[in-house]
Amino acid sequence: MSEIGQNLRVVEHATCTFCGCVCDDMDLTVDLDAKRITKAKNACTLGRAWFAEHTIEDKPPARIDGKPATTAEAIEAAAQILAGARLPIIYGLSDTTCEAQRQAVAIADLMHGNIDTTTSVCHGPSGIAFQGVGESTATLGEIKNRADLVIYWGGNPAESHPRHFTRYAVTPKGMYIPNGRKDRYVVLADVRRTPSAPVADLFLLVKPGRDFELLWALRALVKGRKIDPSIEETTGIPLATLETLVERMKSCRYGVLFFGMGLTMTRGRHFNSGAILALATDLNEYTHFVAKPVRGHGNVTGADNVVSWQTGYPFGVNFSRGYPRFNPGEFTTVDLLSRGEADAAVIIASDPGSNFPKRAIEHLKRIPVIVLDAKDTDTTELARVAFRTATYGINTTGTVYRMDDVPITLRPAFDSPFPGDEEVLTVLKDRLRELLNEKRGGALRKAA
Amino acid sequence: MVETMILIPGRSNKQGTSLNAGKLKHEYREVTSTVEMNQDDMARLCLKDGDAVRLSNTVGEAVVRCKGKKPSDLPSGMLFIAYGPPSSQLMGGDTAGSGMPISKNFEVQVERVDVP
Repeated sequence: MSEIGQNLRVVEHATCTFCGCVCDDMDLTVDLDAKRITKAKNACTLGRAWFAEHTIEDKPPARIDGKPATTAEAIEAAAQILAGARLPIIYGLSDTTCEAQRQAVAIADLMHGNIDTTTSVCHGPSGIAFQGVGESTATLGEIKNRADLVIYWGGNPAESHPRHFTRYAVTPKGMYIPNGRKDRYVVLADVRRTPSAPVADLFLLVKPGRDFELLWALRALVKGRKIDPSIEETTGIPLATLETLVERMKSCRYGVLFFGMGLTMTRGRHFNSGAILALATDLNEYTHFVAKPVRGHGNVTGADNVVSWQTGYPFGVNFSRGYPRFNPGEFTTVDLLSRGEADAAVIIASDPGSNFPKRAIEHLKRIPVIVLDAKDTDTTELARVAFRTATYGINTTGTVYRMDDVPITLRPAFDSPFPGDEEVLTVLKDRLRELLNEKRGGALRKAA
Repeated sequence: MVETMILIPGRSNKQGTSLNAGKLKHEYREVTSTVEMNQDDMARLCLKDGDAVRLSNTVGEAVVRCKGKKPSDLPSGMLFIAYGPPSSQLMGGDTAGSGMPISKNFEVQVERVDVP
């Protein structure tokens, strides 16, 4: 960090937490008087908007039933709601620090509730597939230095992760990729020609809903099986194209399959993810091949890690019996809301009120909802209790995990008058413990 | 005229930048209320850029504005929309035991509507 004027300073090597790339090479120029970032060197279009738009808004620190309140009043209201609920749920967590996520897990455990993250509507199916077929994995650094065949499947990084190409996987020069882009062959498979398509040497326009069939055909070809030419009618891709691609996959030095929500959000879900993971594993009989999900939000990977190390499961975890249980479809948030089972919700740094299925949103409107967010959203609008919190990475430090499970420490740019998520959740946990202790006759011990 | 097409909600760059400004603000609402459609399909349905269409299925409906895309970029019969409140109105809550609702590649009926 360096001072460049009376009221300006530069925060070097800061981290952008907008998307899962978690680029940690930002140089932020900060106007301390205005409390805003005026320049974000190295940021992409999404990162520039992230840094420029997260200022200190002239809003109250909390609202209860839409009326301004103090943080302390909101803590008390939230604790009373949760202490009286039979199936309280916690959801979100992909845009906050690991330290805050840890507190959220503790609250779910304490109140015998349910905890789930945005992973369940992102790469949750990939998490299920990991458990079924495993994951041949690598860090983005390894991929940058070694991968000479890069395949993107069901994703549009040019718009969702703009620096994925330039910082990690397509254009950068690496230890064994001295000429950068010239040393790599790039493939993109998708159902529409997105702005990412021009990056590819080979673009595969897949028929919608036929990813599994195409991946399974590639697996068969890798194993030397014959495929009927009718595969073109089924998937949209000629057999000759697939045969050429398979030869390239088997003969590359280091291949990577990056896959997006074009696989997880469509019919087949975890079977699609399982197919691409299995294809990478199959190819290791011939060369080195890895498969990586391209993760969306800044710390969704951290949420998987924190929930896993604390409960043993990555998402969709229920504590109603006093110990963690995992069952997607039963303990995942869309299901708990769509079936009308949850009777209170804590939504942390996410916006299901905007993005969830209609039926789930309708149930959110029927139950008391507690929200922690730095911005106004459709979910804060429907909340009974809404906390305005500091923005992670801009106002607070903490730990986030890049999409390849590499942890990174955040360097904040300026202070916020609003508390961080971790602070709110820690105080809420302590107050909730007191209330539950009274309710359960002092049975809860004081945790460290 | 009503036609059945496949809707693909997804991320877009403009959606990503506008959500930072605020999800309740006009730009984000506009971005998530604009559906991209194959230009040949639009011509067949007598639609031009900015016209309103109703997207509907058994779950719900949403009225959005349409914007043409080259047939080489967006195949006939396919629609793309930056996901947000309108696309949520069309998503079913059933996850088939996976936790994940079908959020891309689902059928919707498309028809022109006259709104100011």
